[in-house]
Amino acid sequence: MQTTPKSANALKAADGGKIATKSRGYWATVWLSLSRDPISIVCASILVLLVLIAILAPAIAPYSPSQGAMVDRLLPIGSPGHPLGTDELGRDMLTRLMYGGRMSLLMGILPVFVAFAIGTSLGLMAGFFGGWVNTLVMRTTDVFFAFPAVLLAIAISGALGPGLGNSMFALTLVFIPPIARVAESVTTRVRLLDFVDAARASGANSLTIVRVHVFNNVMGVVFIYATSLVSVCMILAAGLSFLGLGVKPPTAEWGLMLNTLRQSIYVQPWVSVLPGFMIFTTSLCFNLLSDGLRGAMDLKR
Amino acid sequence: MFLYICRRIVYTIPIALAVAVVCFSLVHLAPGDPLSAVIPADAPAEVVERIIQAYGMDRPLPVQFFAWLGRAVQGDLGFSVATGRPVTQEIGRALGYTFVLSLAAAAIGFLFGILFGTLAAFFQGRWSDKLVTGIALFGVSVPHYWLGLLLVIIFSVQLDWLPSLGGGSGSWINRARYLVLPAITMSFIPMGIVTRTVRSTVADLLGSEFVTSLRARGLGSSRIANHVAKNAAPTVLAVMGLQFGYLLGGSILVETVFSWPGTGYLLNTAIFQRDIPLLQGIILTLSMFFVALNLLVDLLQTLFDPRVRRN
Repeated sequence: MQTTPKSANALKAADGGKIATKSRGYWATVWLSLSRDPISIVCASILVLLVLIAILAPAIAPYSPSQGAMVDRLLPIGSPGHPLGTDELGRDMLTRLMYGGRMSLLMGILPVFVAFAIGTSLGLMAGFFGGWVNTLVMRTTDVFFAFPAVLLAIAISGALGPGLGNSMFALTLVFIPPIARVAESVTTRVRLLDFVDAARASGANSLTIVRVHVFNNVMGVVFIYATSLVSVCMILAAGLSFLGLGVKPPTAEWGLMLNTLRQSIYVQPWVSVLPGFMIFTTSLCFNLLSDGLRGAMDLKR
Repeated sequence: MFLYICRRIVYTIPIALAVAVVCFSLVHLAPGDPLSAVIPADAPAEVVERIIQAYGMDRPLPVQFFAWLGRAVQGDLGFSVATGRPVTQEIGRALGYTFVLSLAAAAIGFLFGILFGTLAAFFQGRWSDKLVTGIALFGVSVPHYWLGLLLVIIFSVQLDWLPSLGGGSGSWINRARYLVLPAITMSFIPMGIVTRTVRSTVADLLGSEFVTSLRARGLGSSRIANHVAKNAAPTVLAVMGLQFGYLLGGSILVETVFSWPGTGYLLNTAIFQRDIPLLQGIILTLSMFFVALNLLVDLLQTLFDPRVRRN
């Protein structure tokens, strides 16, 4: 720290009087690149808005999500007092869509987040230590890859029985193996690079090498991959609820709402498909944002 | 080559065994007694014991597993708790429907996927590329059960062109009419994924040095396309094989929307009737198909591309 003024002065002199600014960090560069991409900005804004609406639902929703008036059943979009109509039990659709976002977003994001933490740890371990650890972890993931993902999620949550916790557990389990596989392949590649040997030669222990040298290199790639899984998880989670394996009625959740409104497509077709439109919008935004992030984080390009 | 094929087949055996273990343990993952659906709540203790013995549930788990596996290999997956019919018979009836649906969806999805992907790769950055990329994005982002409902609303409810529920009966034209909507619905995901794969693979090939050198030697565009197709085939084939497997195993949502009497619909019934032997049987059958399909794709890939063998 004591040498800082001196070196700053030296730089000042070399730079013709201007103080040299520190070069932007990696994440700052990514952020700058992302903020110049209009599609990413629009998608991120929509997602932030949806999350805010979901969090603030109790404060801003016009009606109660669980109580409806039977006389107001299945009103069309644009009815006075019910801008998005009402559902089969006369509950306000706008309110239910706002509340539904809480469960749907939670079920779409949390399993990937947990799977990201567990999968990355497993992949790092397998890739870094190699040998029997690698064999054990990777052969176990091979077994999971022998099932189609949708079937595995439905099988596990079907066997466990309906429920929010069970379906989230099933989704987490489905997303761990692919994340672990990506983390393992990147770690194996990074481990063989010269700077890891250099660090070991200078006396760094395994933990330090993983923490300082390997972790950051692996993280970016796995993170991009995990963001691309969120859209899949949204669709799959809502799909489990659509089958009746997720949350139980009368909880508002987009997939479950789509299921209960299915009988009403002959009466109010466009009200019935609104929850699906929300799932689609969210999934599309996550997909586009993930693509944008991939572009922004690929600094080699 | 022969040795490679043998090695690849031998490697599949432990995977298939592990898949069987997972399917078997599903029963024990289920909360409560797996026999709770069979045994009446007020049954006397000796009856309960006799039922447990009849199902072999009193033996240690590994013994149960191998007994179950031994029967499964011979085509005996037990009896459905709900209907009392053999599980194999129930699955056999549904499997044909799922096969037809998956094949139709795969045919539509792969055809348009290859067409769109090639188009996009040849016209990179142009409006046709952007349109195709948009369609592919739609295909991978849309919840297909919702897309199914939209198609039902448009083509069954509003236009009244096509039926929306059931598997159809009678003449094959009538059956085909029932197939159209679910097949189109299911084709969107493989269409999106195959489009993306073909686009990136063909784009990479078109930018590679060997294509430039072919051009320099004065080859016509149709002969260059031939070279590109040969090189893109292994990758695209692998993705298509996987997608077909996903269609077979992941048809439950679309089959539920359209009440299509395939394995997915049966699985849905099994889950909600807590018909564990049926559930186990369906999962085992579908995942074994997936394992076999993966093997087939790998073998086909080596036939197309000898480089794969060396890795």
